[in-house]
Amino acid sequence: MSENKEHALHIVSPRIYVTIFALLLVGTAITIWASYVDLGVLNPIIALGIACSKATLVVLFFMHVKYATKLTKLTIFAGLFLFMALVGMTLSDYISRAWGSW
Amino acid sequence: MSDNSAIADGVLENAHDEHPAHLRHHFHDVEQQADASNFAMWLFLLTEVMFFGGLFTAYLIYRNWYYPAFVSASHQLSIPLGGFNTLLLITSSFTMAMGVWCAETRRKSGLVLCLILTFILGLGFLGIKSIEYSEKIEKHHVPGFHYSLNSFLDPNSDAAAKAAGDKPLPLDVARHTELYFSLYFAMTGMHALHMIIGIGILGFMIFRASAGAYTGGHITFVENFGLYWHFVDIIWIFLFPLLYLISRH
Amino acid sequence: MSDTIVSLPDQSTARIPKMNYLSKENGLLSWLLTGDHKRIGILYLISITFFFFIGGALAGLIRLELLTPQSDLMATDTYNKVFTMHGVVMIFLFLVPSVPATLGNFFLPMMIGAKDLALPKVNLLSWYLYMIGGILVLVTMITGGVDTGWTFTTPLSTHYVNTNVLSTGLAVFIAGFSSIFTGLNFIVTIHKMRAPGMTWFRLPLFVWAHYAASILMVLGTPVLAIAIVLLALERTIGIGVFDPAKGGDPLLFQHLFWFYSHPAVYIMILPGMGVISEVISTFSRKRVFGYTAVAFSSVAIAVFGFFVWAHHMFIMGVSNYAVLVFSLLTMLVAVPSAIKIFNWTFTLYKGSITFETPMLYAFGFMGLFTIGGLTGVFLGTSGTDIHLTETYFIVAHFHFVMVGGMLMAFLSGIHFWWPKMTGRMYPEKISQLAAVVTFIGFNFTFFPQFILGTLGMPRRYASYPAEFQILNVFSTAGATILGVGYLLPVLYLTWSLKYGAIAGDNPWQATGLEWQTQSPPLTENFVEMPIMDHEAYDYEWLERKNLEKQKEVASVG
Repeated sequence: MSENKEHALHIVSPRIYVTIFALLLVGTAITIWASYVDLGVLNPIIALGIACSKATLVVLFFMHVKYATKLTKLTIFAGLFLFMALVGMTLSDYISRAWGSW
Repeated sequence: MSDNSAIADGVLENAHDEHPAHLRHHFHDVEQQADASNFAMWLFLLTEVMFFGGLFTAYLIYRNWYYPAFVSASHQLSIPLGGFNTLLLITSSFTMAMGVWCAETRRKSGLVLCLILTFILGLGFLGIKSIEYSEKIEKHHVPGFHYSLNSFLDPNSDAAAKAAGDKPLPLDVARHTELYFSLYFAMTGMHALHMIIGIGILGFMIFRASAGAYTGGHITFVENFGLYWHFVDIIWIFLFPLLYLISRH
Repeated sequence: MSDTIVSLPDQSTARIPKMNYLSKENGLLSWLLTGDHKRIGILYLISITFFFFIGGALAGLIRLELLTPQSDLMATDTYNKVFTMHGVVMIFLFLVPSVPATLGNFFLPMMIGAKDLALPKVNLLSWYLYMIGGILVLVTMITGGVDTGWTFTTPLSTHYVNTNVLSTGLAVFIAGFSSIFTGLNFIVTIHKMRAPGMTWFRLPLFVWAHYAASILMVLGTPVLAIAIVLLALERTIGIGVFDPAKGGDPLLFQHLFWFYSHPAVYIMILPGMGVISEVISTFSRKRVFGYTAVAFSSVAIAVFGFFVWAHHMFIMGVSNYAVLVFSLLTMLVAVPSAIKIFNWTFTLYKGSITFETPMLYAFGFMGLFTIGGLTGVFLGTSGTDIHLTETYFIVAHFHFVMVGGMLMAFLSGIHFWWPKMTGRMYPEKISQLAAVVTFIGFNFTFFPQFILGTLGMPRRYASYPAEFQILNVFSTAGATILGVGYLLPVLYLTWSLKYGAIAGDNPWQATGLEWQTQSPPLTENFVEMPIMDHEAYDYEWLERKNLEKQKEVASVG
């Protein structure tokens, strides 16, 4: 066979699922609460930061990526990297349009 | 790597009687088949990331350009409804993960229960979404269909805007709220479409699960669907703060 | 040194093997419901050839119109539709699937020692999506066509034209999924289904090239899909994302569109480069020089290819800083392609070169792709691009890389693997003639266009200043010759199906697992699972194997 096995026959226990579930609920509550507080430039950072953390928890535990092969992790990383390139490089055009002319 | 030592015996045709019914002939064994389909599912999810990526790009650009309009427009969304929907989806992700565990540990009735719960939670999400959408339709906040700027030009005429304490927007700023709603409907609509497809497949899976299709050791379908369902949840995890929680202070 | 390496079995006794993938089952349904990657490859081959000639007919109309400076053959609106449909058909229905869906589908599993692709049903679905997209394009053409250019530039396509933008968009959307599923299938297959001993660095470079192209297909095409969705919403409902009157930006569409469409050109060329690696090695009897460099270059082209898209937008209103960054990155992306050309050239050096038809096309590729690629660097330099963009220089540039490059590579591959796919040899003399005719016709058609572009003739115009006529006449004359060059293969390849010489297993004495099977192959490709115990392009191994076979034959009976 060619590559490592995806299913390391590792079955994630329900206890972990419950913990992650609880963490996700807490994260949601914090995010809602934080939007009512004026933290200036930190507001969007916190909101996105919490969202990224929640997404990471779902990916690592609900989607079993913590126990998956290097190939799976590399694949996810490649997708995220390209997503950042799309957003970042497109935004860089928009952000720099208002800068002074040559 | 045991590539050279893991040599299968000569003619593959004769192995017909010895392998599970669900093994396709171009694979050596069920492990390879499950591996391959799992990897294929992840690649499909990558395409979905890039697909939604275009929408997120558009959103970030216009939020950057028209922040005040986006803030006012976002006050039209109900945090209780959106928050509750987030709860429903996160719970459905939990029940789906438990469903996969049930399949892995061959608990048939547990699996069916989890799938049914996921199904109901998903329907609940869509139900609340349709309530939100009909509210928007009533208030003429649907771009392209007699879009009305009244709520933003005169916040006192609108309960949600009044509750949020909005100031009236100048006309040229108020116009840009339409862009917010375009993106709102495009992103939540695309998300809802993915939910509908997921719920449809869940329905199919509930039938098959009660017939024992996934608790005999062949869990690939449930596992891969789980990946899809979690992905749809993750999209919502980002949509919620971006659309509902821009600024409430 | 022999002047040909063709090694055919004794024609008086040779027969096509009775059991093969073509004879296994009969009837239309056995083809329309097949899971066999080889049959799907043939289905694709027939369909893309059909669409190629539709695109070619449209090209003929363009060249006819451009014989005279006035727009006298057709109305300018009609001309706009003709070049738009030419682009849509040639890019989405021919070039993107050309090598991957035909030769890739057919040979990828065989080259890695697998019995089929990982997801055969998805493979068949791919073909059906392609056909639906293609038929939708035809319907669009018949019901009035589209005149925005294949690039659907906003706000023209969203706010100003009354033509079939939506149905063409839908067709492209559907065909895009065909591409995504093909790429997805390839990536999974290459990762998970290689035979024992087939490590990454023993793979034929054809496989590496398809791996890189597949990454582009899977990651890039969805962005085109969302661009089309937003285009449709803008056009129908008027959501405003591309409408300045509502605060939107037309350039956003272009960002999303080109984010796919630039990698798309690498989707188109990489598989062709894979073919060239195989052909040049076989017909110089030498392993590809710098295997690792060529393999990594393929992946590098794929990766860098994602970061240069705005070089299609230099004059559209992006910021000066974006122009600077994207221009710099464009310089980088040219390097891996150049590395490949150098490596192929060094492969030829001190090789035993013979000039069978696939090799003629490969030589044509190397020269014409180099010119095309070089002119790409002129266009990537933002200063010169301002002068050359939207002129015939661009048209010449992309036709050099796509037609002089990719189409020649496609023909090279078709001829190279024809004996394996059909069990028959094509007629060598007439095919060599066709290759030369194509090369001459191509240069007459497209070289004048470089000059026209630098002189200032704009693209997508039915009329032009009278002083440009002589070069346009040259170009049209060349197009006629080119047409003959493309027609000939259809004729003699079809002829060869019945009357061609029996090819045997390995007429080119090429390395590669696919040449170790019968021609045409069995449905399951291999009787026994092959074990890869030698490096790629190992001609010594092939010689030893042939000697073994001779001894076997001699010792039996």
